[in-house]
Parts: sequence; structure tokens; C-alpha cells
Amino acid sequence: MKNMDFDWKPVALVPLLALLVFPLIGSGSTWLTLTVAGLAMGLIIFVIASGLTLVFGLMDVLNFGHGLFIALGAFVATTVLGSMSDWTQSDELWRNMVAVLPAMLVAMLVAGAVGLAFERFIVKPVYGQHLKQILITMGGMIIGEELIKVVWGPQQIALPLPEAMRGVILIGDAAIEKYRIIAVIVGLLVFGALVWTLNKTKIGLLIRAGVQDREMVESLGYRIRRLFIGVFVMGSALAGLGGVMWGLYQQSVTPQMGAQVNVLIFIVIIIGGLGSTAGALIGALLVGLMANYTGYLAPKVALFSNIALMAGILLWRPQGVYPVANR
Amino acid sequence: MLTRLLSNDLPRSRPLAILLLVLLLGLAFAPFLFPGVKALNVAAKVLIFIVLVASFDLLLGYTGIVSFAHTMFFGIGAYGIAIASTRMGPTWAALGVGLGSALVLSFLLALVIGLFSLRVRAIFFAMITLAVASAFLTLASQLSEFTGGEDGLTFKVPEILQPSYDFMDEPFLGVMLDGRLATYYLLFVLALVLLLTLLRIVNSPFGRVLQAIRENEFRAEAIGYRVVVYRTISSILSALFACMAGAMLALWLRYNGPDTSLSFEIMIDVLLIVVIGGMGTMYGAAIGATLFMIAQSYLQDLLRLGSEATVALPWLSALLSPQRWLLWLGVLFVLSVYYFPTGVVGKLRVRSARRQAERGG
Repeated sequence: MKNMDFDWKPVALVPLLALLVFPLIGSGSTWLTLTVAGLAMGLIIFVIASGLTLVFGLMDVLNFGHGLFIALGAFVATTVLGSMSDWTQSDELWRNMVAVLPAMLVAMLVAGAVGLAFERFIVKPVYGQHLKQILITMGGMIIGEELIKVVWGPQQIALPLPEAMRGVILIGDAAIEKYRIIAVIVGLLVFGALVWTLNKTKIGLLIRAGVQDREMVESLGYRIRRLFIGVFVMGSALAGLGGVMWGLYQQSVTPQMGAQVNVLIFIVIIIGGLGSTAGALIGALLVGLMANYTGYLAPKVALFSNIALMAGILLWRPQGVYPVANR
Repeated sequence: MLTRLLSNDLPRSRPLAILLLVLLLGLAFAPFLFPGVKALNVAAKVLIFIVLVASFDLLLGYTGIVSFAHTMFFGIGAYGIAIASTRMGPTWAALGVGLGSALVLSFLLALVIGLFSLRVRAIFFAMITLAVASAFLTLASQLSEFTGGEDGLTFKVPEILQPSYDFMDEPFLGVMLDGRLATYYLLFVLALVLLLTLLRIVNSPFGRVLQAIRENEFRAEAIGYRVVVYRTISSILSALFACMAGAMLALWLRYNGPDTSLSFEIMIDVLLIVVIGGMGTMYGAAIGATLFMIAQSYLQDLLRLGSEATVALPWLSALLSPQRWLLWLGVLFVLSVYYFPTGVVGKLRVRSARRQAERGG
């Protein structure tokens, strides 16, 4: 944001973490595989978390129901991809792309539309009341999860990867799954688009200004409410997209996946500093790497390692790596 | 005497007082009034949930912060009893050791979580407790040699509390005086004492400070109260009481597993009960827990009837199926937070206050 004196220390954390665990893992090829997996997971988490952190920064709304859009996006994708099995089973990459792209678009549209309704009926009546917000959005998530069970059934649904996206590429000894590379590319594209929107467009300028000082933007005559609805819908759509990517990553979807991913996302936005997009990226990459490294080194404590990571960062910077002003 | 016992926090509404009295007498004589295994089970569950919900209300209703780790402490209490009894055999010493170590663990965990998250912003607390609780749930089901994993632990309690132990050969007033009955009355006394203690806490000067923080954090800090200290103490106290409730649960079921004490559904039940009963009133916990437990036992049957009656409309039938019980709880929860934030107790109190004002004026 402030290009003059950009704070590089948090950015250095990501390579630092990757280098620190290198001696623990020992084998270079395993390390490379895990690192790519961690980066892919981190970028998927970032796609999901970016909307949540902006919504909080802009309107002070903490949405505990964000996970709902993740699950919704993933389930919509199962339906869309299921109906296009001719295209997904083809082993030509471009045909697979033709199948996955509409799945992602439809998932984003549905998640965005539900987000609009969610904002109107669940979030709007409780602006400015944190306690009720937490309770109500949590209630909204329970309702949404149950409705997903009504539509798609309570059981786990397989979401197989299209043919050409399966398998691995060998770089030296390191096996890298093709889909992880695709996830990294999509994640970077979303990040690029987000950075471009926030830094080069007027809407982005207003959003950043609103995060810094809401009242000032309002007093200049801009309707921050409309801006907020736009950000909320976009954030929900991104969560839907992230849900599709997460579902393909896991190759299966369950109605509870939203609640599970939600936990990771909260850790990410706390690490990043509530309201900070750059912080969310760093938090997401750290969490993604940490989850993969500990998943390999000590699977039983995988989730606790992320909490320990968060605790460590909060000891260093109590407001997260990039604290947002005026909060 | 009564005023002192209730810490000068009287029901302040005649219907509420009558309701509470009926509840107290009903629970005190439940084994004699409602014979049958199922009814006694419901009554014991009510006792356990009164303590659990009241301890949560200390946090949500009185201090104004949301924790999603309350079932974690509930689970720690239950696991403490279960693990100690499995390892040390069915003795009172095992119960003591189990409860003691569970309380110490709860204290430490609550202290660490509180200091980490409440230091910066109360909103962190909700997120961090959610993360810690879900990590703990995973851990509990993975450490299977210690916690019994997904299957949980079945254990024996001291002989006097076992169902096979008889105090008298003859039934008294048609009820066998066995260990089950002794356990029930142990729970009853515990619940009563714990609830009165909580009532004492919230009506003490300390409790007043908590309410001041809930109403206006900034002003409380300005008057000179260290908000973070008070909030942390409140969360520790609430964790300890939840731990006690967990121990009661384990004692009653003689079993504990992840689903019985740690699951997220219990957390949602607790949230709903607090809101229905009335946030910020200990009596609300008692009324809410009773209403909820009865509803849980009978509403599901009603849903099943509704689902069977609407087979012609498959989507409606799917919505009404008893497996979607959580959906209706969620709807009820959202609606009560919107339109009914003071709960049953709040409504009753407002009504009698208005009546008194009319009579007086």
C-alpha cells in the first residue's frame, strides 16, 4: 500500500519458514514437493480469505458464515462437472479447461447471489453489533449447511479431477502434482487481479480509503454501503471459487468442509492483520506451508502447529503482521 | 435467608418465580414424579445443562464475549473423570484426581487463550477459541490410546453410584433406592450449589464490573478497571464451571467420547439455550435448558410426523425430516437473536415491571 516504506519483514517470513524446515525434512525432493503443495494450498486459502478480510476492514463486519460460500461453491461444482462428464473425461487439457471454467463461473455466480441475500437478511440488521453479528452469522452458516444437506444430501461427494489435470510432473526426483501448479497459477491470477483492482482503479482506491477511514470517505460523498455490498458479494464469489479449488484439491466435498476451512481462514486473517489483503496473502502462504510440513513431520499436531504459528506471530505483532490503521 | 441465598437477585416476576419453583420441585422429586429410565435421563441432562449454560452465560450474557471453546472445557471435565476412572479403577480417589487435573488443565488453557486473544481485541477471542476447539476435537479423537479415540471410554464409578448397588431391598414410594438414584441426587446438589455460586459471582462487585465492560468497554477502562484482566478472569471462571458440568456428565453416563461432550452441536445447543432463556440472567439458563431438553426429546417426533405427512411433496418432506433438526434450530436461533434477544426471562421481567409501574402510577 505505502510503496515508500514498504514493510518487508513479514514477506521474509515465508522463505524463512521454508528454509528453516529444510534440515528437518532432509530430502530435497520431498521438500520441493511439500513446498509446492504448501504454496498451492496457501493460494487457495488466500482466494477464500481475501473477501473476508476486506469485508471486515471495510465495514467492521466479522462474517462467521463465510465458510458457507466455500461449501456452496464446491457443491455447485460437483453438479456442473457431473453434467459435463464427456468433457472432464477427455484427456485433452483444453477440453478439461472448458469444463472447469464454467464450473468455477457458475460456482462464483451462485455463491455471489447467495452472498447478496446473506448480506441483506443476515448481516444488515446487525451492523455495528459485534456480539450479535457473530451469533447471527454463525446461525446463518448452520442454516446454509443444513440446506446444502437437503439439496445435495449429507454424505461426502467425490469431485474427481479432470483427466489431463491428474498425475505428476517430475522435476529431478521431486514429484509435483499437475493440479497444484494449476492452483498456484489460478491463485496468482486472482491475487494479481485483486492487486490491480485495489491499486489501479477508482473503486479500489475507495475500498482502500474506506478500510483506512470509513467516515472520511462517506463525508466526501461516496456511498460506502453500496461499496460494501459489492465487496461482500465479490468476497462470497471468491469464496465460492476457492471452494471449487479446495474441492478439486481434496477430490471430495462434504457439507462440513466450510466449517473446517473457516478455522484455517480465521487463523490466516488474524496472522495477516484484520482488514489487510497483503497480510492475508502472507498469512495464507505461511499456513499452507506449515500445514504441509507438519502434515509430513508430525501429522497429529498439524492443526495445533498453525495455532502455535499464530500465537508466535501475535507475540511479535499483536495486531497481525500488517496492522490496519484506526482500528 | 432466601434473599441471601439468591444473592439478592430475585426473579422479579411472579410467573418467573412460579416457573422456577416448579422447576426446582420437579427436579428435586423427578425420580418419584416421573418414573422410567428415559424421564430420569432427561432430568439429569437438564441438571448438567443448567450448569453448562449458566457458565456460558457468565461469558456471553454478563461479559459480552463469545467463546466457541466452551464445549472444549466441558469435554476436558468429562475426559478427566473418564480417563482417571479407567486408569485408576472405580474409586473416589480417581474421581478426585480426574476432576482436579481437569480443572487445572482448564484453568491453564483458559488463561493462555484469554491472555493471547483478549489482549488485543475481544473479537479475536471468538475466532481463536473456534480454532483451538476444533484442534482439540481432532486431537481428542486421535490420541486413541489415551482417550479411546472415536469409540470413547466406558468406565465404572465408585460402587455406591453404580446402578446395581441397592441401599434398601424394598422399593421406597415405588422407586428402588439404588446407586443411580444416589448419582442423580449428587448431580442435583452439585447443580444447585454451582448455580447459586454463579449467581453469587455475577451479583458481586466483580460481576458488576463485568456488566460495565459489556455495556461500554471504553468507559470501564476509563474508570480504571483493567478490562483484559476482568475478561480473562471471567473466561477462566466460566471454563472451570463448564469443566464441572463435564464431570457431571461423565459421572451420569459412565461413558465419554468426542461426540457426547466435545462436538460442535453441543456448542450450538448451548448458544441456543442461552438466547432462548435470556442472555445475562442465570435463571434464563435454568428455564432455557429445561425447555430445550424437553423440546429435543419431543420436537423430533413432531418433525417425523410432519415429514411423514408431507411425503407427497418430496422437498417439504426432506426439509421436515428429523435429520434436519439442526436446520430448524438454526432458524429458531437467528429469529430469537433478532426478535427475542432478552429471552423468556427478559420478557417476563419486562412485563411485570410494566405492570408494577401501571399499578404504582
